[in-house]
Amino acid sequence: MSSTVLEMNDITMQFGGVVAVNSLTMHVDQGEIVSLIGPNGAGKTTAFNVITGVYAPTNGNVFFMGKKIVENHPVGKMKKLYAGTDNGKYTGHLEPTPDQITKLGIARTFQNIRLWKSQSVFDNVLIAKHLRRTSNVFTATFRLNAVEEKRQREETAELLNILGLYGVKDNNCTSLPYGLQRRLEIARALATEPTLLLLDEPAAGMNPQETIELTDFIGKIRDDFKLTVCMIEHHMDLVMNISDRIYVLNFGALISKGTPAEVQSDPAVIAAYLGEEKNA
Amino acid sequence: MDKTKRRDLIISFVLIACIFLIVAVLEQILPKTSMLFTVLKKGSIYALVAVSMNLLNGFTGLFSLGQAGFMLLGAYTYAVLTIPVKSRAAVYQYYDGGIIQFAVPVAVGILLAGVVAAFFAYLIGLPVLHLKSDYLAIATLGFAEIIRAIFQWDKLGGLTNGSNLLRRFPIFRSALFPFAVSGFCIAIIVLLINSTYGRAFKAIRDDEVAAEAMGINLAHHKRLAFTISSFFAGISGALLAMFQTTVQASQFKSAMTYEILLIVVIGGIGSITGSCISSFLFIACSEWWLRFLDNADTYIGGFHVPLLRPGFRKVVFSIVIMAIVLLYQRGIMGDKEFSIEGIRKWLSKKLRKKEAHA
Amino acid sequence: MGFFQSNLPYLLAGISTGGQYALIAIGYTMVYGILRLINFAHGDVFMCAALMVIYSASYMPLYVSLPLAVIATGVIGFAIERVAYKPLRTAPRMSAMISAIGMSYLLQNLALYVTGGLTKYYPSVPFIADSIEIFGAMTKRVTVITPFVTIILIVALVSIIKYTKIGIAMRAVSRDFETAQLMGVRINSVISATFVIGSLLAAIGSILFFSNYTGVTPTVGGMPGLKAFVAAVFGGIGSIPGAVIGAFIIGICENIIKGLGWTTFSDAFTFVLLIIVLMFMPTGLFGEKATDKV
Repeated sequence: MSSTVLEMNDITMQFGGVVAVNSLTMHVDQGEIVSLIGPNGAGKTTAFNVITGVYAPTNGNVFFMGKKIVENHPVGKMKKLYAGTDNGKYTGHLEPTPDQITKLGIARTFQNIRLWKSQSVFDNVLIAKHLRRTSNVFTATFRLNAVEEKRQREETAELLNILGLYGVKDNNCTSLPYGLQRRLEIARALATEPTLLLLDEPAAGMNPQETIELTDFIGKIRDDFKLTVCMIEHHMDLVMNISDRIYVLNFGALISKGTPAEVQSDPAVIAAYLGEEKNA
Repeated sequence: MDKTKRRDLIISFVLIACIFLIVAVLEQILPKTSMLFTVLKKGSIYALVAVSMNLLNGFTGLFSLGQAGFMLLGAYTYAVLTIPVKSRAAVYQYYDGGIIQFAVPVAVGILLAGVVAAFFAYLIGLPVLHLKSDYLAIATLGFAEIIRAIFQWDKLGGLTNGSNLLRRFPIFRSALFPFAVSGFCIAIIVLLINSTYGRAFKAIRDDEVAAEAMGINLAHHKRLAFTISSFFAGISGALLAMFQTTVQASQFKSAMTYEILLIVVIGGIGSITGSCISSFLFIACSEWWLRFLDNADTYIGGFHVPLLRPGFRKVVFSIVIMAIVLLYQRGIMGDKEFSIEGIRKWLSKKLRKKEAHA
Repeated sequence: MGFFQSNLPYLLAGISTGGQYALIAIGYTMVYGILRLINFAHGDVFMCAALMVIYSASYMPLYVSLPLAVIATGVIGFAIERVAYKPLRTAPRMSAMISAIGMSYLLQNLALYVTGGLTKYYPSVPFIADSIEIFGAMTKRVTVITPFVTIILIVALVSIIKYTKIGIAMRAVSRDFETAQLMGVRINSVISATFVIGSLLAAIGSILFFSNYTGVTPTVGGMPGLKAFVAAVFGGIGSIPGAVIGAFIIGICENIIKGLGWTTFSDAFTFVLLIIVLMFMPTGLFGEKATDKV
């Protein structure tokens, strides 16, 4: 019996009067790979940003491993602008910062690669281990944390090895080809020891061959690291091949959900992507 | 630590010991009033504050212009607490001897200078550190000005001596003293930069959104960098007080911060050795080498050189700085450090070239 | 009535200083709106305008040297942009700001060299610098004239921005630099025009300011410059009306504080205001909110 890792309830995200995400309810169970798809501007990355604490939602809540981690409801000026209907259902104000979310066990990658450009491949991953430190600034400065530092370096080396990046570990991260940079971002996210991994367009800019490799890669890390994965993607072959379930967003609202087969044949999804047929 | 690293560390120590030895020898053979010592003393003091600013600006990406304010806090803390009790009546002559009637040893005074500066940095940091870079710059500049105004306020004269200067506190004679104190502090900063926290600072500089997403609490780490940087700025303020033998709030104008910023830029943002080198160069140029430009009676042969008169030195100096800022944006060292490993690599490259020719 | 009479000079001084700060603040807010750069050298341009008037006044009559100095200041503003900021347009923000600080340093040292460190005194401009009496308080006529001159100039500027081609171009560039370029706006002309306008206004501001406080030192531009910038932030960066209102508020409050006897803190007040604004209203009174895309 698999448990629910992530649960979003009625998440609405409004920027002033613009509704970016409209009452999104979705969940991801342990070990699943769930994809979030939809045309550009549908609100997918915004949904990720709500989960990871970058934005506080206008309304709704998020549960992680059964515990509530985010909740909000419209206050002040937003009350007038709020376009939704489920007022009063969510009463709390739980607005964590992204680092607190990561500490709980949710890690992410970015739509546009955000590696630390002055650092080497090795250091990019090592820095992500900083949040799991037990040292403080004094013990770290005066090298009283030598044991922990050594352990973190070993873990970093091992992670790079598993992900095939050990050979380039001392190169500057910007010298890597695009595909390897994306892989490095994933390695970095894995270094934070997450339970849930959020991938934002991991296959962006990849050719068909690289996309196939990525498909195997995601499945492998899900198995090896015992992860649950939620992915935003546009490459349909990757999505259909690897996802256990799919959610389809358009204009911020959920228009379809289900297994790849169900979603593929859903007329609402076809209409959103291809447009409706005129007088068929 | 592997063998080559250990060997490099020992070589570094030996080199630094040599520098100290050279300074000690120079002090014996050169006259005490030589400009060289002014440059060495002031240069080492500015090296510390430049490195502390680099920690904040270059390594954490926080553009702060408040350094002069923290130096002021450090200088005053040191001076106020170390003036010998018997001299207090004379120094605080308009304030009935002042409210502090004890004196602490020099080492304690210097340490407290750092602590007080760090404390105020912590308070100031709370509201401003999340601001965007230009706003942070102006806000910290503003705080430095507010601090300066407070220290000139005569209502606090019992503590600060108002707009009168503080004097008669313990000073140093040998250049080895500021060298030792600065060197020790800079060593600590180097250790910090190379630790896990230093790496976190660099991550914040390169991309703070990603840093936050990877679990680095921005508020906490920015505050840490700000407080630590100000601690060392405070200590350098105490050293400056000892060098100048007097302390007065009006000495710590924002122009001082600008000079430190220029030192950091010229040396290379993100390079500690760069800041040290450029600090000595800057002080040497502004206080010593370009002095002849101020001499109105300069003749080449029988030709009276025009334009030269007091103030010309600073103009030439400013032009040189602008040239560096515009043309050598990365500064002397860029973001690299002067390391034994670096020299070894450079030497081996040269040797390989030689062999290729042979 | 007595209270009013004894404080009226301060109120008048405040309105007058406010107007002068406003003329400087506009330069800051316009440049920041377009280049996202704090032009640290702007306050020193204000100072240079004053020095030019002082030196040229010994060679030519005032009605020639004043306009000449104003035009020359515009040229200086243009030159500074070309030399110190244009090469760094693609560099990180901090580099441009450092260049601005370096430029400010250079201008101050040049002024120090030229004046030899002595305070120079502004020539007395007839009519403007005359003492007059208002409601029993003695002040210079310039304190009354300043608000009117300021308002007229600002109305003219806002009209230019609203109705002329170059004004529309300026607004486009401050909205989205790259897109404006792609749409064929001649960026260099727009930026130069911005600097020239800002410098001309600062020059006029300096005529008014130094007719009141006649001492000119190399560092005299530093404080008014910073305060004008705070005014721009307070009013909302990029908003000209905001900068003007901010400047008047700062000018008035600063002089009232002086009137209350807290002179040491009149400068610090501006920065306290800045901190409060940055903490509670970072976009200022009329500024626009910018959202960061993650």
